[in-house]
Formats: sequence, C-alpha cells, structure tokens
Amino acid sequence: MFGLANPDRFMRFTRPLTPVLWGLAVVLLAVGTWLSFTAPADYQQGDTVRIMFIHVPAATLGLGAYAALGVSSFFALVFRHPLADAAARAAALPGAVLTGLALITGALWGQPMWGTWWVWDARLTSVLVLFLFYLGYMALRASIDDEAKAGRAAAVLGLVGLINLPIVKFSVDWWNTLHQPASLLRAGGTSLDPAYLAPLLTMMAAYGLLFGAVWLTSIRTEVRRRRVLSLRARAAQEA
Amino acid sequence: MLDLDMSPYGVFVWSSWAISAVALTAISLRALVAARRWKRELTRLEEARK
Repeated sequence: MFGLANPDRFMRFTRPLTPVLWGLAVVLLAVGTWLSFTAPADYQQGDTVRIMFIHVPAATLGLGAYAALGVSSFFALVFRHPLADAAARAAALPGAVLTGLALITGALWGQPMWGTWWVWDARLTSVLVLFLFYLGYMALRASIDDEAKAGRAAAVLGLVGLINLPIVKFSVDWWNTLHQPASLLRAGGTSLDPAYLAPLLTMMAAYGLLFGAVWLTSIRTEVRRRRVLSLRARAAQEA
Repeated sequence: MLDLDMSPYGVFVWSSWAISAVALTAISLRALVAARRWKRELTRLEEARK
C-alpha cells in the first residue's frame, strides 16, 4: 500500500485501472438508470422514490469523498507527502459536487413529500456544513499563492472537517429530525423492499466507480501538473 | 414498467435527474479535459529537454 506512495509507481499502477473504472461506471450508470425508472412507484412516495436512487448515492459519496480528503490531508500533514496532498486536492471538487447534488435532490424530494424545500434539522444542516467545508477547503487552497503553504493550511481545515462526518451520519439518531433514520445501513438489516434495493445498490456502485474514476484521473493530472511546473521552473533557472 | 410521465411528481423527478446528469457529466469532462491538457504539456516539455 505504502509502495503506491511513490508517484512513479502510482502512475504505473493506476494507468490500466483508470479506464476500467470509467468503463464500469458508465455501464453501471446505464443499468442503474434503467432499474431506477422501471422500479414500481412507492405506495407512499409515488414516483418521487426515483429521486432516492440518486439522492442517497450522492449523499453517501459526498461523505465518502470527504473521508478520502480528510485521510489524505492527515498523510499530507504528517508525512508531507505530495501524493497525499494531490489526493486531498483531487477529492475536493467531486466531493463538493456530490454533496451539492445531495442537497438539491433532497430539496426536490422534500417539497412534494414534506411540503417544504428545506428545514434546519440536524441532518440537513450538518450536510450543509459539510458542503461549506468543501467550499472553504477549495477557497483556502486558491487564496494562497505558495502551493506548499496552501496545501498545509487546507490540510488542517480538511482534518477539522472530519469531525463533521460522524455528526452527519448519526444526526438522525442523536436528534429528533424530520429526515428519516437510516434505512439501508442499519442494525437488523435493511428495511428496503428488494424492488428498490437493486436500483439503489446499482446506482451507489455506479456513483462510487464514477467518483473513483474522476478522483484517480484528477490525482494523475495533479502529479503531471506538478511535474510540468517543476520542469518549467528548472528551464527558467537554466535560461 | 416504464412510466415517463410520473404525474404529479414528474417535474421534481426529472429536475433531480437532469441536474445530476449535467453535474456528473461536467465533473467527468473537466477531469478528462484537464488530464489530456497536462499530459500533452508534460510530453512536450520532456521532449524539449531531450
């Protein structure tokens, strides 16, 4: 595992993996979309249940991407490893987009089902805070010219934001929320009907693979970008 | 069974899926375009150094 921390080895290892991830993501997205639109309408939610097939994966991957950002930030701070810093940076934008999608699709589900676009309950608010952590991370990185300093400052913010992840996950258990408690990952097994489990799990796998593809591609791009900057700096010194 | 109308919730369902499709396509294209750009630039610089 730590062998992959070598950028050259990482580039060699991920070269064949990246197109496989892209291909699998596209296939599973197509299959998941078909399953999502052919599943029966829910007896209570009606057709809005189809929003859940994209809302839940976006929210789960939004959390997962932040976990990747936070753990990478930890390795970047402790070991000062450029690949860990590149991994943290590469997770920020897709993570922010997925979290933003979770908020938007949640609002589009909430209006017909709850009668409101938004409530300040613990789950919705903690996910909004997660989204703001992503925006803060990207803004902080962009606001400091020295990339090393920007990376360290953003890594500290990334680590602080990890505190929010268990709050998001357990907010529905710790507080009385309008948002329903977990129905997929919960003690005693899932409460979902198999008719909804198949599209949901397929879309979760598809979103996971797509995030993996975007993340890996972006890390590889970041490694190349840093090499380009280094070569340009060397050429400028020699001139 | 495929029901594309989804009344009375069609506007909510289709908006959610459309926004998600646009956003996911955008981050995918951005990653792929940037990958191509920096790969080409690195190749150009490495060849120039030879």
